[in-house]
Amino acid sequence: MNNIIELTASEIRELYDKKEATVPEVTKAFLAHIKEKDSEINAYITVCEEEALKQAEEVQKLMDNGEKLGPMAGIPIAVKDNICTKDIKTTCASKMLENFVSPYDATVVKKLKDEHMIILGKVNMDEFAMGGSTENSAFFKTKNPRNLSKVPGGSSGGSAASIAADMAPIALGSDTGGSIRQPASYCGIVGMKPTYGLVSRYGLVAFASSLDQVGPMSKTVADNANLLNVIAGNDEMDTTSAKVEKKDYTQALVNDVKGLRIGVPKEYFGEGLAIEVKEALEKAIEKYRSLGAVVEEFSLPTTKYALPTYYIIACAEASSNLGRFDGIRYGYRTENYSSLKDIYRNSRSEGFGKEVKRRIILGTYVLSAGYYDAYYKKAQKVRTLIKQGFEEAFEKYDVILTPTAPTTAFDLGSKIEDPLEMYLMDLYTVPINIAGVPAISIPCGTDKEGMPIGMQLIAKHFNEEMLYRFAYTFEQN
Amino acid sequence: MEIRREDIEHIADLSMLNLSEEEIETYTKNMQEIVEFANQINELDTENTLVSAFASDAYNVFRKDEVRESLSRDLLLKNAPSSNGEAYALPSME
Repeated sequence: MNNIIELTASEIRELYDKKEATVPEVTKAFLAHIKEKDSEINAYITVCEEEALKQAEEVQKLMDNGEKLGPMAGIPIAVKDNICTKDIKTTCASKMLENFVSPYDATVVKKLKDEHMIILGKVNMDEFAMGGSTENSAFFKTKNPRNLSKVPGGSSGGSAASIAADMAPIALGSDTGGSIRQPASYCGIVGMKPTYGLVSRYGLVAFASSLDQVGPMSKTVADNANLLNVIAGNDEMDTTSAKVEKKDYTQALVNDVKGLRIGVPKEYFGEGLAIEVKEALEKAIEKYRSLGAVVEEFSLPTTKYALPTYYIIACAEASSNLGRFDGIRYGYRTENYSSLKDIYRNSRSEGFGKEVKRRIILGTYVLSAGYYDAYYKKAQKVRTLIKQGFEEAFEKYDVILTPTAPTTAFDLGSKIEDPLEMYLMDLYTVPINIAGVPAISIPCGTDKEGMPIGMQLIAKHFNEEMLYRFAYTFEQN
Repeated sequence: MEIRREDIEHIADLSMLNLSEEEIETYTKNMQEIVEFANQINELDTENTLVSAFASDAYNVFRKDEVRESLSRDLLLKNAPSSNGEAYALPSME
């Protein structure tokens, strides 16, 4: 049973159904592999060995009693460390929350537990989800399992790396501007950013509330659909959560795209796109064409404005959201104070890392007197134009196909000193969050160094099924 | 438009952050680049465009005003850097 760790969630479930493995056996296999492998990769901030084993025993008992359990029951999972877990630390990879233990479970975590999934641990990320390489973690850098000198992407780099290194079959990430899709692309796995409002944000530590979404990361499209089934749904604890009918996304795993329409926006294939990424995408487009899809090039002229719009809105919301960290109710408190104001200032200055401070400063700037209209209000208007661009496109196309990122994973340390260059890596992913539409990244080849290339498929609001159908068809052919 | 170090110092003050000399210098340079980049959006005509605060159409979400169970004080105070067992403890206001 040496290869348990290489299995997909569906394959593990099959083992349980055939009684060829027990939940504690599978859980132990992953825990043992984490022990062995993670000293090299550094994906996990917290490993929940004791809790996971206890949970595994309980689920096994239910199975032995012949209880009818969901398809993800007994499947181990890694959870990004900005998603609150009761009694387990939630650090956001920040010194600010290094010792924070949430008094409640995030709604998505409650849903994992209700499904009887096994939480293996909490995984690394860029501090407060700000970054695209996981190098902004206050604790350590995670490495790309495909090549240890490369970044795993970010901010959900720990989630992607844990899957790519077989240290979890499946994981939860969060995506504000590409933080699920870009690491999925860099590590060669499947990552879905659902429609804004499909998955509850209650218990997700807020970065940019109008853009944040929790989503599934997995080895296969089928596993991804199964995990979305578990976490999707309206939640009255999140007022931005949508009231939509519960769906079974596995119904969308259909190997057929005949007659369906793909739009390819030419602005996503311009300057800055690595030639090998472009070639891999062209091959993918040819494959869809040969499978009977209708492909057409078109123009999304607002594309170039998405990145500046994103950084204005995201940083403005972050500067406001992070105002809650004051060293009083929870989180880091400075030892160096004599007044209340010292507590605020010194706790924040000592507790936040470089990139977080940079974004608080940018956000405070665009919201400050004299600049509010020129930047923040203007960006919200451009947001309307970007949304309209997508709405018009989806009158003509079932999906929009683009690269996930302009390049494959870059070298550790190569962009960390140049924030603008790092931000440019989000060029193709941020427009999706601004418009609130769903998008999936799936592997579509490798470059000459063997690093994975990701393809992004985008659909209209609440049409995750269309993405799964296209992704599944690509994967099966 | 030029970002001056005084601008960064003022913004840091509003943000309740202390910055070192080196940080002020780095952030002044970074902000200059980022703000120039952000200025691109001014090329677009948005005269007749409405703002979108959110991507969804959710609007004034209400629930019944009823008493519900909430988290216990003891549990919440566990994360406090300092408390007297009943409340958060702070130095006195100036």
